[in-house]
Amino acid sequence: MKFKILLIPMAIIAIGLYSSLYVIDETEQVVITQFGKVIGAPITEPGLNLKVPIIQNVNRFRKNLLEWDGDPSEVPTLDKTYIYVDTFARWKIVDALKFFQTVSNEVGAMARLDDIIDAAVRNFIAENPLIETVRWTNRELDISELGVEKGEGQRVIGDITTGRQEILKGIQEQASPKLKDFGIELVDVQMKRLNYVEQVQRSVYGRMIAERKQIAQKFRSEGEGEARKIEGKREKALKKITSEAYRKAQEIKGEADAKATRIYANAYNVDPELYSFLKTLDVYKQTLDKDNSLVLSTDSDFFKYLKTFKGEVSPN
Amino acid sequence: MAWDWDKLQQQKKSRPGGGSIEPPGMDEVIDKIRSAKGNLPGKAWIIIVLIALVFVAMGSFFTVGVDEVGVVQRFGKYNRTVPSGLNFKLPLGIENNKNVKVKYVFKEEFGLRTIQPGVRTRYASETAFLGESLMLTGDLNVALVPWIVQYRINNPYDYLFKVRDVRGTLRDLAEASMRLVVGDRSINEVISKREEIATKSRELLQKMLNEAETGIKVTTIEMKKTNVPEPVQPSFNEVNQSIQEKEKMIYQANEAYNKVIPAARGNAEKTISKAEGYALDRLNRAEGDATRFLALHEEYKKAKDVTLRRMYLESIQEIFPKLGKIYIVDSDQKNLLPLLNLALPEGGKK
Repeated sequence: MKFKILLIPMAIIAIGLYSSLYVIDETEQVVITQFGKVIGAPITEPGLNLKVPIIQNVNRFRKNLLEWDGDPSEVPTLDKTYIYVDTFARWKIVDALKFFQTVSNEVGAMARLDDIIDAAVRNFIAENPLIETVRWTNRELDISELGVEKGEGQRVIGDITTGRQEILKGIQEQASPKLKDFGIELVDVQMKRLNYVEQVQRSVYGRMIAERKQIAQKFRSEGEGEARKIEGKREKALKKITSEAYRKAQEIKGEADAKATRIYANAYNVDPELYSFLKTLDVYKQTLDKDNSLVLSTDSDFFKYLKTFKGEVSPN
Repeated sequence: MAWDWDKLQQQKKSRPGGGSIEPPGMDEVIDKIRSAKGNLPGKAWIIIVLIALVFVAMGSFFTVGVDEVGVVQRFGKYNRTVPSGLNFKLPLGIENNKNVKVKYVFKEEFGLRTIQPGVRTRYASETAFLGESLMLTGDLNVALVPWIVQYRINNPYDYLFKVRDVRGTLRDLAEASMRLVVGDRSINEVISKREEIATKSRELLQKMLNEAETGIKVTTIEMKKTNVPEPVQPSFNEVNQSIQEKEKMIYQANEAYNKVIPAARGNAEKTISKAEGYALDRLNRAEGDATRFLALHEEYKKAKDVTLRRMYLESIQEIFPKLGKIYIVDSDQKNLLPLLNLALPEGGKK
């Protein structure tokens, strides 16, 4: 029955121990308060810890990286383009005491983060032209179109002087000191999304379409031009081929004619009289036929015997 | 195992206080037992102790799957990482384990969602996730860029403890890094150089993840079909079409060219050959004629007069029979011609 007597003090000790022991997780840090008053420095080391039971309270805070996601907001850039910017940031509670005293919990912290980061984002976006927010290096863009000459009908996109990374860094630098008062370290600010507001988007689409159409038209008329060129080439080639053939043919013929002429001349010069006699007879043979009638005078050479015979015979 | 037993004994003693670490029902059960204790025989006590021991023993081991490692925390503090298999820990909430799938490849989709994976994976409509995939390009155009990030957990400690919402952080950083890469490229590059964009954004994302100590290793970034927004697509297609049209026009012109020119070349050769034929003909004839004439002349020289007469008469002999009508008019007749009907059908062309 000794056991029975021991049981009650043991239970009291156990309850006391249990309410004075607390566990700090790897991801946590703790601020101990006593009737609302902070006792000692925040405890950041994980493990099993002791506190005064009942009168001391454990306030737990996150130690690891926390996220903040801003609402997408409509901001005009320096060149008066309205864009939606969706930023997010990551932060840490680095001074749990300050954090506890100023914003008391994450909900309170989020409200401050909203105010401070949003304001910084607006400032920086509005102070820079759109291109500075979109780009982050001056890497040369490949905007060449297949078959379109460089710089021809294309918008000129200027170089950037700041760039997105610098802007984000600026935002962080502007927001960080203000958040430091709340025990918050702003690890970084990033831009998740960046889009045109609807109206701007529509006109951007319009511009993209027009740009494309212009290129399409260019291709079409290039095709037309090429085709005409080839047609012209064809005409030219055709004329060239036929005329060259003609010329060559004429040359050949001419040469042959000349040679023939020389040959004839050489031969006929031997006796031109004989030639004309022979040729005339030839012509007679070729030109006179049954369709021709011939009226001959008795004076003609052919009939000289007809007449002279009579003349010669009658005296005899 | 000896120390385990000691611990167990301790735990058993501190049961009333430490009860809340156990499932909540335990307190009541123990209270009931205690109140009824007086009525119980000695043997019942032993059974109760045994049950309690079994219960404690069950909480002192855990299994870690083949693709996992177990991270053990003692009183919330990181203690050790254990491999897959059966592992032991201190029970009753002294040690807790969290299993992390370190070999499993996780997937995050942006601008699309897989509805049904398979050989022909189906995706949810792109329009539903336009917010994720619409982005500004470096030439201030708008592109539609859907992609997939595959990753593994390569540092379970960082993964569990360094960042509260690892998956959310990964998604945010993936979007940010992709937009950085796309923001520095023209719409053409975004559409045509997906491989390069994937590589670049993977580098950037990995750097950001390392800086944030997420314990994540990006294995691949896979770009899905990058495009321009839907309202602009027809005009982009029009450009492709116009390129085709251009080529078509050129081909057609070439076709016409090819149809005419080789034929013309053949024709030209024909003309030239014909001319050459003419030349040969002409020369041969000339040679022939000349030779004949000279031969004739050779003989003619020997008897000029008689030869002339002979040739003349022979010709007459040949010509006259072929002629139509022959009128012989006496040289004294002067006015005969007007009376002749020269317009006779069978004669009088000349």
